[in-house]
Amino acid sequence: MNLASFLPTGIELTYLVAISLFIIGIKKLGSPATARMGNVWAAVGMLLAVVGTLLQQQVLNYGQVLLGLVIGSVVGAWMAYRVEMTAMPQMVGLLNGLGGAASVLIAGGEFWRSTLSGTPLATSALISTLLGVLIGGVTFTGSLLAFGKLQGWVTGNPVILPLQRWLTAGLAAGTLAASGVLLLSPLNLPAFAAVLVLSLIFGVLFVLPIGGADMPVVISLLNSFSGLAAAATGFILLNDALVVSGALVGASGLILTQIMCKAMNRSLSNVLFGAFTATQGGTAGTGATVAGTIRRTDEEETAMMLAYARSVVIVPGYGMAVAQAQHTLRELADALEQRGVSVKYAIHPVAGRMPGHMNVLLAEANVPYTQLYDMEAINPEFERTDVALVVGANDVVNPAARHDKNSPIYGMPILEVDKAQRTVVIKRGMSRGYAGVENELFYKERTAMLFGSAREVIAQLLNEIKQLG
Amino acid sequence: MNTALISALFVFVLASFAGFEVINKVPPTLHTPLMSGSNAISGIAVVGAILLAGTAQDTLSEVLGITAIALAMVNVVGGFLVTDRMLQMFKK
Repeated sequence: MNLASFLPTGIELTYLVAISLFIIGIKKLGSPATARMGNVWAAVGMLLAVVGTLLQQQVLNYGQVLLGLVIGSVVGAWMAYRVEMTAMPQMVGLLNGLGGAASVLIAGGEFWRSTLSGTPLATSALISTLLGVLIGGVTFTGSLLAFGKLQGWVTGNPVILPLQRWLTAGLAAGTLAASGVLLLSPLNLPAFAAVLVLSLIFGVLFVLPIGGADMPVVISLLNSFSGLAAAATGFILLNDALVVSGALVGASGLILTQIMCKAMNRSLSNVLFGAFTATQGGTAGTGATVAGTIRRTDEEETAMMLAYARSVVIVPGYGMAVAQAQHTLRELADALEQRGVSVKYAIHPVAGRMPGHMNVLLAEANVPYTQLYDMEAINPEFERTDVALVVGANDVVNPAARHDKNSPIYGMPILEVDKAQRTVVIKRGMSRGYAGVENELFYKERTAMLFGSAREVIAQLLNEIKQLG
Repeated sequence: MNTALISALFVFVLASFAGFEVINKVPPTLHTPLMSGSNAISGIAVVGAILLAGTAQDTLSEVLGITAIALAMVNVVGGFLVTDRMLQMFKK
């Protein structure tokens, strides 16, 4: 007897409604005006699915089920209210991992049930179970490691173990062998345990060689995996609600992965395995050393420049968020707008630590979303912009990406701040960005560098502008 | 291969296409809420977990089931609430 036989029609219909609500909800998430409502619709769908399942007459252990529901809800709510917006990538990473773990447990439970009763799973269910364990396991440990990297508990640098290629190949062979054994003798518990352990190791090996700068891609990909893991459990239980929801999340994660890769002009395989080729092929190009001098400016001069400009475009980078400068930055923008200056924010797709992260950070600082412009929308406007103000961004404004074929960032789409009349770069020092390349923007004639901590510099700019009256 | 599995595969493929269509139009501004929201939706695994825990007849199945429910529920509640928290900050 397996779980698939416990699904009468009425509850299937509840699932159908739930799935529809998910799709409508996601559709509404596509526009800022309706997004909040869309989230509510999806949540209602989830409530229906859960209630429908609780009504199944085969579900008997209500005490245990409620215990799980309550613990999970309390922990989830606590996390949701406590998390800082800067830590959102970690939160999403952790949630991905928990989703993967849940799928592993369900697949494991289903397998355990079959060994206990001595009735082997049908081959198709067994394959689904194996997939659930594999994908879920990789998602679980991979996400935990990604969480550790984002949190700074694990080094953000790519880590390559000695013989990692052989190790990976060996693991893959082992997984295939164990799966084969299991398909031949479907009640073989050690073979199942082997697949489980190997998949957990796989997850670690998968994320270990990926650097901190590539985390947006990894988080998106693991998001997709967590959906696929849920879909796999749907195949085990032959439950369409799980299959559809899993497919939706899988698609969503995959789309975001593609977008992130495109924004960095890298293929997915380059992100995942780039660290291997870098160590093998010797030195990656670091781009030409830039000749020229740096012009420094101070807060007073910059304040004048901003105050008497007609249009200002602010380019925030993750450095701005780390310095917690977004609130002061918004005050500065407000002060400029009061003087009649047009202020826009230019957001590069990889400006934060996950897709859309910078938009959330600015929204938290009460910046209206209508002032936020995507790369494609803002790039043609730089030519008509008086001052581009770069705060804590580096690689995404490096013009070398356009023409220097030796630069590792060559071909990456950038925000073309160098086309503005003047560019002011607020930066701590001359340190390089994630890509480790010299930024030729800093040496351009129309660029001025304003050194200091973003938060203090912006606060002082704000002061100067207010004094202008 | 049984018909139930094949029809589940049909459902999976069609839902993936529907997902691509719907999600492709989400603007970059909303990518983070989209991700946390879809995260919450992947917590649908809670349905499978309830079936596991609710029908368990031995201790191990019970423990596996309850743990799976709790983990998936963190996903559901955490995902939807944090998405709402973010979206209420998006103002014109």
